[in-house]
Amino acid sequence: MTPILVAEKVSKSFGDHTALRDISLEIPNNCIYGLLGPNGAGKTTLIRIINQITYPDTGQVFFNGEVLAPQHIAMIGYLPEERGLYKSMKVGEQALYLAQLKGLSKNDARKKLKYWFERLEIGDWWNKKIQELSKGMAQKIQFIVTVLHEPRLLIFDEPFSGFDPINANKIKEEILKLKKKGTSIIFSTHRMESVEELCEYIALIHKSEKILDGKLWDIKKAHKNNIFKVGLQVNGQGKGLLEELEARFQISESVFDPAEKQLDFTLKLPSGNTSQVLSHLAERANLTRFEETIPSANDIFIQTVKAKGE
Amino acid sequence: MSKLGLIIKREYLAKVRNKSFVVMTFLSPILMVGMVVLIAYLTKINDSEKRIIAVVNQSAYLQDQLLPTADISFVILDAISLENAKDSTLAMGYYGLLHIPPGPNLETIAERSYLFTKENPVSYVLDDLESIFEHRLRQERLQNLGVSARDYATVAQNFEIKISTFDGEKNLKGINEIKAFIGGGFGYLIMMFIIIYGGFVMRSVIEEKTSRIIEVIISSVKPFQLMLGKIIGTSLAGVTQFAIWIFSASLLLFLALLLLDVDMTALGGASGIPQNSMTAMASLPEPSGNDIQKYADELFKIPWFLLLFSFVVYFILGYLIYSSIYAAIGAAVDNETDTQQFIFPIILPLMLAIYVGFFSVFSNPHGPIAVAFSLFPLTSPIVMLMRLPAGIGEGGVPLWQFISSILLLGLTFLAIVWFAAKIYRVGILMYGKKPTYKELYKWLKYS
Repeated sequence: MTPILVAEKVSKSFGDHTALRDISLEIPNNCIYGLLGPNGAGKTTLIRIINQITYPDTGQVFFNGEVLAPQHIAMIGYLPEERGLYKSMKVGEQALYLAQLKGLSKNDARKKLKYWFERLEIGDWWNKKIQELSKGMAQKIQFIVTVLHEPRLLIFDEPFSGFDPINANKIKEEILKLKKKGTSIIFSTHRMESVEELCEYIALIHKSEKILDGKLWDIKKAHKNNIFKVGLQVNGQGKGLLEELEARFQISESVFDPAEKQLDFTLKLPSGNTSQVLSHLAERANLTRFEETIPSANDIFIQTVKAKGE
Repeated sequence: MSKLGLIIKREYLAKVRNKSFVVMTFLSPILMVGMVVLIAYLTKINDSEKRIIAVVNQSAYLQDQLLPTADISFVILDAISLENAKDSTLAMGYYGLLHIPPGPNLETIAERSYLFTKENPVSYVLDDLESIFEHRLRQERLQNLGVSARDYATVAQNFEIKISTFDGEKNLKGINEIKAFIGGGFGYLIMMFIIIYGGFVMRSVIEEKTSRIIEVIISSVKPFQLMLGKIIGTSLAGVTQFAIWIFSASLLLFLALLLLDVDMTALGGASGIPQNSMTAMASLPEPSGNDIQKYADELFKIPWFLLLFSFVVYFILGYLIYSSIYAAIGAAVDNETDTQQFIFPIILPLMLAIYVGFFSVFSNPHGPIAVAFSLFPLTSPIVMLMRLPAGIGEGGVPLWQFISSILLLGLTFLAIVWFAAKIYRVGILMYGKKPTYKELYKWLKYS
């Protein structure tokens, strides 16, 4: 299937400042794609290019196989990080206006808005002004306006900021439902832990450059260091066993609890081959735990940046 | 509906539904008319108040000269000492006491005369009294030189030079001023419109920035569309407001004048509707009956169609130029207090146009200053309109000046809107930076 979005060597600079340098990305259809990186890395610039708010200096962007063009605007929904609504405008009127700007007819927009307002239980807000709503309430409206025209690609820039945990969860569920319906979703955030559970693909952007991208699971596999958490049930010989193992393997963070007869430690292997160490351990004691540690996106990010010599 | 149409509609409705806008729209005519009526009323009261001056005249002179004027009248106190006269003046509440002492001749008497008042006398009382003395003194001195009183009367004669064009048509005094005033009215209207509604455009841009809705919108429409829609929507709201103002102000004024029975001509130029040519007429010296017809003829000769057509052209181009600059300023700043440094350079050419117009174009509609300012694009919408009532061609604005003025304005319009749109596009997404002119210049180079 054609990827929903492809960026080819996209560069953008503002005066002397380079915001993006030769960024190439491929966002597969119907996936959740995490665009990660610290503040100021260039995520927002890239998103603005996808939304045709700014244009790349060099490079090209393809939407569903076609060169990105104005008619694609109606197929993209964008929730910017800097977001807000007209304060003195009524909720319903404002939502209708924004939906019409995205190309929906007034009747269609009204029908769809009704559906969403009922779904998020905010039907009685229609004639309220935004300034009468709380911040979280306004965020709900903002979310509805973003997804209302059923875009093929949704872009969320820090979507959960401004939501309380309950509503954040509600929105997360809605996003997953949209994904199930076939929508492709880009998440942009600098809080990497928050997207790990959602994203199938990620790209790491650092100082205007992409330093890593791919399937999250593949990246994690590629970045694991053959480190294992091991737990042993020992019978009296705890200290001696630890010394013996330390002579044989690379062991750190060892903790021995004589009362529980529990020995825990971290083990680093030279390769991913575990059969030898497992059989050795099984011979000496009762194995209660043997778990490979998978690095978090944050760990991978820090590791990759360090590896680049920065 | 097209996106531009949607934006225009929203901006228009947002403006006309705004509470302060509604209040201003309906309150302004009432305030304006109220002020006019108040001025007229106060003038009337003022007129009716005559100052009474008590006079102790111990000389043989000036007896016949002490005639009441529009502002003062006299009470002659006979056979009473000065001290008693002072007391009775105070007791009667008269404005003052004029003491003319006895003396050998008019010169000494005049020299020794005194006016006693409670406080410093108002200037017109002094003026009236002084002119009585001056008149009498001049007569006296001329008599001493052998000129009789009757001769003197014939000497004091006003003179007015008659004027005419070469083809023998009789020219009218002040018609140039009237014409320039009519054009100036249109120019003034443009200036007011630009300053009021340009400011609205700017504030509306700032509001979009501070409420952070801007990025949501421009992910759907082009920034230029948004800017244009905003300018057009706001100006339509402005046209609505002006129409309501003009209509209701004229209606109210008419009613008020009818009710209060205020003399139209007494109001003079104070009637507060500069675009109304009737007031321009009224502010000039009252022409005699025969001349009114001539003035009316002359006013009919003003090329009204050309004037209205040019008004529309200059209005649209001038307003678009200035309001797009206002929009760019709104985009460049984060809040209204930062706008001051940018606003002043915009207001400057507008003020200059009005002042140059009223000082230079009135006296010499086709002089070098008037020509220069009616060609310069930032002032031409106002100054050219002041010159145009004289028509185009012979005796009026040369055709080439008219055409090049509009061409220059059109080119400037394209250039400024292009620059403004660029600054706008970059500025609306910039937060937290207090922009300098240098910064704005850098923005122009962003693609």
